[in-house]
Amino acid sequence: MATSELLRVEGLKLNVARTGLEVVKDVSFSVAPGEVVGIVGESGSGKTLAARSIMALEPPAIRRISGSICFEGKDLAQLSPAELRRLRGSRIGMVFQEPMTSLNPSMLIGRQLDEGLALHRDLDAKERRALILDMLRRVGLKDPEGALEAYPHQFSGGMRQRIMLASVMLLQPALLIADEPTTALDAVVQRDVLELMVELTREHGTAVLMISHDLSMVARYTDRIVVMCKGEIVEQGSTPDLLRSPEHPYTQKLLAAMPRRLPKRDLPPSVPPIVEVRDLVVDYHGRQGFLRKEPGKRALHGVSLTIRPREVVALVGGSGSGKTTLGRAIAGLLDPAGGEIRFAGTPICRGTESWANYRLNCQMVFQDPYSSLDPRMTITDLVHEALRLVPEMGRREKKDRVREILNDVGLDDTFAERYPHELSGGQRQRVAIARALARRPAFVIADEPVSALDVTVRAQVLDLLADLQQRHGFSCLFISHDLGVVEQIADRVIVMQDGRIVEEGGRDTIFDQPQDPYTIKLLSAIPALEATARGGVRLRWRFDDMSHTHAAMT
Amino acid sequence: MKLLAPNAVLGGLIIGIVGICALFGAVWTPFDPLKINFAARLQPPGPVYWLGTDEFGRDVLSRLMAAAATSVWISLVTVIAAVSAGTVIGLLTGYLRGWTDRILMAFNDALLAFPGILLALGLLAVMGANKYGIILALGLAYTPSVARIVRGTVLSLREKEYVDASRVMGNSEVYTMARHILPNCIAPLTVLATSMFGWVLLAESALSFLGLGVPPPAPTWGNMLASSRSFIGQAVWLGIFPGLCISMTLLGINLLGDALRDKLDPRMRGV
Repeated sequence: MATSELLRVEGLKLNVARTGLEVVKDVSFSVAPGEVVGIVGESGSGKTLAARSIMALEPPAIRRISGSICFEGKDLAQLSPAELRRLRGSRIGMVFQEPMTSLNPSMLIGRQLDEGLALHRDLDAKERRALILDMLRRVGLKDPEGALEAYPHQFSGGMRQRIMLASVMLLQPALLIADEPTTALDAVVQRDVLELMVELTREHGTAVLMISHDLSMVARYTDRIVVMCKGEIVEQGSTPDLLRSPEHPYTQKLLAAMPRRLPKRDLPPSVPPIVEVRDLVVDYHGRQGFLRKEPGKRALHGVSLTIRPREVVALVGGSGSGKTTLGRAIAGLLDPAGGEIRFAGTPICRGTESWANYRLNCQMVFQDPYSSLDPRMTITDLVHEALRLVPEMGRREKKDRVREILNDVGLDDTFAERYPHELSGGQRQRVAIARALARRPAFVIADEPVSALDVTVRAQVLDLLADLQQRHGFSCLFISHDLGVVEQIADRVIVMQDGRIVEEGGRDTIFDQPQDPYTIKLLSAIPALEATARGGVRLRWRFDDMSHTHAAMT
Repeated sequence: MKLLAPNAVLGGLIIGIVGICALFGAVWTPFDPLKINFAARLQPPGPVYWLGTDEFGRDVLSRLMAAAATSVWISLVTVIAAVSAGTVIGLLTGYLRGWTDRILMAFNDALLAFPGILLALGLLAVMGANKYGIILALGLAYTPSVARIVRGTVLSLREKEYVDASRVMGNSEVYTMARHILPNCIAPLTVLATSMFGWVLLAESALSFLGLGVPPPAPTWGNMLASSRSFIGQAVWLGIFPGLCISMTLLGINLLGDALRDKLDPRMRGV
């Protein structure tokens, strides 16, 4: 067995050097040649550190305490720095999370790709150029010659990640470490890039170690899964087995936390809508200088939508589709260039009485719980501030309301005097929800409220949101790029692309019989789940024409 | 949570001593700092004159105490003036952007292009050397850098989601600025203000040294240092003690500034 292993990590222990805190505890796993292995875990599980230590790239604050890492039969700890450098790149490649920063912005693509080849391969410039062009064509660049003379900023995130993949695969490494390779990308692009990665590595017989928090993505593309939690491996096994019958409670929890469709809710039909948007147009102005004026960009081209009382309407679309702009315009954070927003039948415009009423009744939950709470205010102050402008509410009443709403979101009195930095991401998002709901608004806009959270925390926050929505009966515009979440929470779905609504309808209609090609593309990028006995799940891919991956899953 | 950081203790101690001396120096000194006594010219430090006497027989300790009062007062008022004016300009330009920003910042950058001490020299040459002239000149010279820093901080803060959250709550722009933006500028401002106190103290000493500060015979650390130059061979203490006062005060201020910043930021507490 030992000879057939490409990488063997044995009893790896990593500590934070200064405090002695154990961040990776006795981790052992192996990767066979050509095998695709996924490491899954939430933030703080030590998955990235474990993977980085294979390249001996752990941050300086981290010290290896014990354990051995054998690659192709050689113990990495015994290698000299020069030998290690030879190994990096040529035998072990790495793809990073952020395609915006992993390519050098001031270097031509051609030069960047050439760098590794020139260092590790004994080829002349012409041969290298031919190899690079070949690889660029392979990763799907339309104009490889032109790309050689281009800078990274001229490409989109997905294209950059392809180029990154090309630069790593050029050297045909035996092992590719991919650290959250597609987290920063759209669902559709994510699928394309991952498929490309799997294809390319399969062609060259390269083994892949894929690190991700996204269990469904890992499940789809890997042969084996390693589940990490708090620095330990809690479970590992072949992908189909692990999904079918997870043994460890943590794995079961992870699987249970994946969003799934809930039964359709009954909403009273034909009541007047609470929020109506008609032909909304938003322009972004171009940059203005003393002498020049750049043309602006139209972000929304006449968008109309209605939201009825108690209804959860999801707004989905890729990045740049205008969904966030629409949310911000409805929230009154942007001034539209045209169109109208009506609340409870009356049009709202700044400075009128209807505006003040709208302000009291429309609240917003933001995406990033790290920046949506003022770091200098305590939790009580933060929620209390929301009540500042509520008329006819006494001091005592406000105090009671703050405590009540904090209890509602599951934060007890011990949290009252804490500051945001003392809370976890999920707790912060609870505070943000409490702040939005403190006024008992009739309408809440939630802009990607769970996309910055870990899987299990996301499930809790979604449950909380659904529960509060049930109890307080507010309507909700739920903006998200994550269709899995939308499927769980929405009553109605609106799909946006390039500042226009391309399709809208009831949740079940959109998810089961989508009409627009863009909607179909979006949906086919994410899995549907079916629960099985023993707490496992089965992944089902919508509109999937690739039977080989399908067969591998089931 | 630790009680106090060591730099806070040391910085506080130094600034405390300087502060007490300055307070004391304003009302009482062991000898009259202006009284000339030719019988006791250039006495070395001893039991009567603790830090010796200068070329006119004036007690160095008394003069240092009186000077401390003047210097600290001038620096304090200058810093307060520069920080308030700079903060207002920075907040306005950073929050309003557009033409307000462009015009005010163009003016600001023009001022910033001159070295502070040169600007102060020019202004003092026009207005004449006195306490208020120094405050005005140095205040004007140091306002642009405050405005720059506050503007930069505001520009990054106004993109934070909690500023949007405040607007969604219906809070007015002024309230948002006062409640969410200004408090989050405090950390960089404290550090800036404390180090600026040091610069102003130094600039005031330099101006006095050049003869453009508070006119003699009133003592300042700068003009004492200046007049000691001619006697450096005979009476080395004349230069050492004012110099020591300046450098120790600067050290104390910087230590205290760092400690203060950590203290004012809830994120730095008890982590």
